[in-house]
Amino acid sequence: MIIASRKPIDEIKGFIAGSGRILIVGCRGCVTVCNSGGAKEVEILASLLRLDAMKGGAKLTADECTLERQCDPEYVDGFAPRLAEGYGAVLSMACPIGPQYLAERFPSEKVYPALNACFMGGALAHGVWAERCQACGDCVVHLFAGLCPVSRCAKSLLNGPCGGSAEGKCEVSGETDCVWHLIVERMEAAGTIGELATPRPLKDWRTSRDGGPRKIVREELVR
Amino acid sequence: MPDHPPTEPRSPAPPGPGPFEPRVIAFCCQYCAYSAADMAGSMRLQYPSNVEIVLVPCTGRFDAILALKALEGGADGVYAAGCLEGSCHFLDGNVRARKRVTHLKKELESVGVDPGRVEMYNLSASQGPRFAEIAREFSGRIAELGPGPASRSKPPG
Amino acid sequence: MTGGLKSESRLERALASGRFAVTGELGPPRNARAADVEAKCRALKGSVDAVNVTDNQTAVVRMSSLAASVIALREGLDPVMQMVCRDRNRIAAQSDLLGAAALGVNNIIALSGDHQRFGDHPQSKNVYDLDSVSLIMAIRAMRDQGRLLSGQELPEDGRPRLFIAAFNPFADPEGYRVVRAAKKVEAGADFLQSQCVYDMPRFRRFMERAVDMGLAEKAYFMAGITPLKSLGMAKYMNNNVPGITVPDSLIARLKGVPKDRQPEEGVAIACEQIEEMKSLAGVSGVHLMFVEWEHMIPVVVEKAGLLPRSEA
Repeated sequence: MIIASRKPIDEIKGFIAGSGRILIVGCRGCVTVCNSGGAKEVEILASLLRLDAMKGGAKLTADECTLERQCDPEYVDGFAPRLAEGYGAVLSMACPIGPQYLAERFPSEKVYPALNACFMGGALAHGVWAERCQACGDCVVHLFAGLCPVSRCAKSLLNGPCGGSAEGKCEVSGETDCVWHLIVERMEAAGTIGELATPRPLKDWRTSRDGGPRKIVREELVR
Repeated sequence: MPDHPPTEPRSPAPPGPGPFEPRVIAFCCQYCAYSAADMAGSMRLQYPSNVEIVLVPCTGRFDAILALKALEGGADGVYAAGCLEGSCHFLDGNVRARKRVTHLKKELESVGVDPGRVEMYNLSASQGPRFAEIAREFSGRIAELGPGPASRSKPPG
Repeated sequence: MTGGLKSESRLERALASGRFAVTGELGPPRNARAADVEAKCRALKGSVDAVNVTDNQTAVVRMSSLAASVIALREGLDPVMQMVCRDRNRIAAQSDLLGAAALGVNNIIALSGDHQRFGDHPQSKNVYDLDSVSLIMAIRAMRDQGRLLSGQELPEDGRPRLFIAAFNPFADPEGYRVVRAAKKVEAGADFLQSQCVYDMPRFRRFMERAVDMGLAEKAYFMAGITPLKSLGMAKYMNNNVPGITVPDSLIARLKGVPKDRQPEEGVAIACEQIEEMKSLAGVSGVHLMFVEWEHMIPVVVEKAGLLPRSEA
């Protein structure tokens, strides 16, 4: 899933400055699962912003709503009546795909992103998430004992580890595992380390973002 | 049952002259703090009447949004009171609550609300006097901080 | 290591002759003064067979390795031009290789490159289109098959005749390092220069395995030497640089002399190491990395009995 985190509150306050009525829109997709932009987080952000206004003696109306998904025109369309109320600012708490969909569908609204998308990954434990994919478009994890060097090596090396691997950690951060250390360990244990002896050829990055913005059309699904 | 059910709603301190009497909401775990409040009551221990107790099955039920809604609704301070660490009936509800309170303090600070307006306490069911002490201590702290954000937004008079 | 020479490199000639070879290292300046490079070249001339010209080492912006290599050529040295994968994609890499060969550069060393996080522009984007192994493959394809990565053919007289080097770090996982060295040799490395060595037993273990695997017959190994200038440096290297362990015995030796005499002691240790390297099976030479201490290279080379070096 897409792992996101809320922008600093000061940045969000800057978005809504001067607005007496705002709408905060959550998303029940990835950001609900990673606790950054679901109904609960919408409620908390609304409350914080109201408290912020209150303590200055002002009144802020912060309405809340959460869509099934903000990355789907169907759900965004159904949301139109909510906007009839006239808001000074609409804060999307989806990943940044949400504010793009809202802005495209409702061009007259001022739509702001309340979250930063951080990476594609999964949970390591409750409250801990880590990057696991960079959407290179040509998955090779099976060649590396199920580990992804493209997203998990700071240099995306396919013939690692580089000289910065120390005690299983990456030189870039002592908290980050050297994925190449893990690959070597796992393949040694599996008795497949020999597969690493052959130089891995250059990667074709066309399928990655380097090939330009990507799009998939599934003719059998298109109406 | 305590002779004064702690969940009984009390009316907020009437506005007017005299020292500021803060409105405090205490989320109390049924296994410890709530029983301690009960004991404090039967021991006739003095604690501020402006502390309103909300019974929770465990402070693990406590969440940032409960405190935020309380503050928005006119509370001047909020605390959670759970079992001593290591004694939670649900293993670690009180530890989680403490983490939530710590995080909430940062959130409040970020919108200019004094982080001291929320707190986490731990005590056991047998600590009636400690319950009263916490209530006095926290109430005193909030009295010093003055009215909370919601009271300030009300027009004077 | 059979057949004719692959390049015009003096270093290749020296290694092929079986003579114990010496390479130095030259860090280009953080400015546009050719004179700075020239001064370093003059200090090294006559003391080394070739000199590595670093490529924005530690991710700090410096004069380009290509430009500084050309200055080194002008000064009569045989440069080993470093090329890191951090800053250029396969288009820039191949273009720079063609340009370097056209300007007379004979040796190239392919490296991943230090992550930009450690340099003066931590905000920058990195490239890593290729890694050091695939860059070596690309260079070899240009030289031996006369082909760019696109398949585009190079005319017979338009192929970059480069003597190809790889770097061999000793970072973890220790046991895998020799496998990775083999991979670099398979990819096309003609010689390997190692990270600086202090822990001789560990290096001996590495070389024994390399010799067992037949690597020393396929490529030349040059052992990295960096003198310990002070006790502080020894401790720093030991604690902070992945792959480097400074044995307690060396730390004790430096501790045993007053601070002002530690550089001298460090040089003495380096000379002893070089002596040991000379007789170690599979080691064809030493690579002297005297970071911002280049003027000491001639002193060490002389003391270690490595003179004379190959002529211009």
